[in-house]
Amino acid sequence: MADGILVKNLNAWFGEHHVLHDVGIAMAPKAVTALIGPSGCGKSTFIRCLNRMHEVVPGARVAGSVRVEGQDVYAPGVDPVQVRRKIGMVFQKPNPFPTMSVFDNVVVGLRLAGIRERAVLHEAAERALRQAALWDEVKDALGKSGVSLSGGQQQRLCIARALAVEPEVLLMDEPCSALDPIATARIEELILELRSTLTIVIVTHNMQQAARVSEATGFFLLGELVEFGVTRQLFTNPHDKRTEDYITGRFG
Amino acid sequence: MTPGARRAVNVAMSWLAASAAGLVVLPLLLIFAFLLWQGASAVNLDFFVRLPKPVGETGGGMANAIVGTLILVALAAGLGLPLGILGGLYLAESRDRRLPWLARFLADVLNGVPSIVIGIFAYTLIVLPMRGFSALAGGFALAVIMLPIVVRTSEEMVRLVPASLREAALALGIPEWKMLLRIVLPTARAGIITGAMVAIARVAGETAPLLFTAFGNRFWHQGLDQPIAGLPLQVFAYAISPYDDWHRQAWAGALALIGMVFVVSLAARVVTSGRFTGVR
Repeated sequence: MADGILVKNLNAWFGEHHVLHDVGIAMAPKAVTALIGPSGCGKSTFIRCLNRMHEVVPGARVAGSVRVEGQDVYAPGVDPVQVRRKIGMVFQKPNPFPTMSVFDNVVVGLRLAGIRERAVLHEAAERALRQAALWDEVKDALGKSGVSLSGGQQQRLCIARALAVEPEVLLMDEPCSALDPIATARIEELILELRSTLTIVIVTHNMQQAARVSEATGFFLLGELVEFGVTRQLFTNPHDKRTEDYITGRFG
Repeated sequence: MTPGARRAVNVAMSWLAASAAGLVVLPLLLIFAFLLWQGASAVNLDFFVRLPKPVGETGGGMANAIVGTLILVALAAGLGLPLGILGGLYLAESRDRRLPWLARFLADVLNGVPSIVIGIFAYTLIVLPMRGFSALAGGFALAVIMLPIVVRTSEEMVRLVPASLREAALALGIPEWKMLLRIVLPTARAGIITGAMVAIARVAGETAPLLFTAFGNRFWHQGLDQPIAGLPLQVFAYAISPYDDWHRQAWAGALALIGMVFVVSLAARVVTSGRFTGVR
């Protein structure tokens, strides 16, 4: 299978600290994969390895192979900027650019890639905002500051910003952890709508969320991928004792 | 402590803090009032549009010095601001340890160097080789004084830009240099402009470094390679003169200088209070 995300023998370090141990995983294209596990287990580090954001941290190192939609992300000569253009990312806390309007936030990726035509930008902004289910709420306020929106709207703005550059993959690092239940429900609906067009990987602390939105789930513990499988199966009939302990709340 | 005693201490401390704040602004108010009292009588249209009269005649103005100060400050800002802002950006962003540490330390030392010494520096570096006092030398001396202030405030402001914004930009596939110029610097804009204005206000009133660089001139600006008048210089020259009329003009010049600094600071406030400003 060429498409999707294929990871082999992935190891990652922060300085001397070895945070990911030989992770191997094959994630299906145009599907939602959830990653769960206790804090500090390496799941965020793992998805930051997929778009080469891990190496942005001083002292961070990666070894192993990552193929995203057929491209070897860590091949010599590959430009991380090009990799990140094809792999969108949404962070834990909504982080719209405070000096920009709603519109400018959405099109910033295109604009800084050199696209100037107003019509193209407008079309892209509307499409991305519709995809992020934000269009109806902001279509009359595109000139307002991005940070004047509510927290949930800001997070959807960040999703629209990531979608505007038409990535093939969307990485979501606990996208709902700073949101209230209603905003969370909206984001989850959104994920279900987006999965027909994108490969989505979502890190979450919320196991119900993983169960609701994902087809496959991986469980991380102490830097290792303990178990990976079909979501329903992993939650109802885990193979590994540690997975069972975690999802039944016995530790973590 | 009983509630009554606690309240008494609270009131006492509040008054103490409030009077400290009042004492801090008192010197400025006194200076301003004194300048108004002494200088207002010499402020008239002539003062702003006329050249100084020859020695012995009364009247005339300081128009050349006002223009000169504007030119000197513009030269200093044109040289000092881009260099200082980019330098501050480097200090805030560099992953290297030693060079930024050294640069930061030297900037702090430079900030403490007496301005007359910086004047001598500009004299040796520019006035001697060019064989003459010039506006350029004056602008250069002022730029050197601006540099450490601009570098350090820009660095602090760039540091205040949250890491999450940088990550968001990088994750969008924006190259690092574009992220710095188009995302980080605009976010830190308000703070950087404030720092720049502080630096401009500081150098606008500097006299010592201009004494043997810009030198002063009793006529209009005659080219950047020629001596040029400056308000602080003219105030200095007039204040130590024996003529009453010149003394009054010196007071008026000082008043005009404070007025210029005041306008610049106010303009900076207005510019940076616009919408969508990031870090303050």
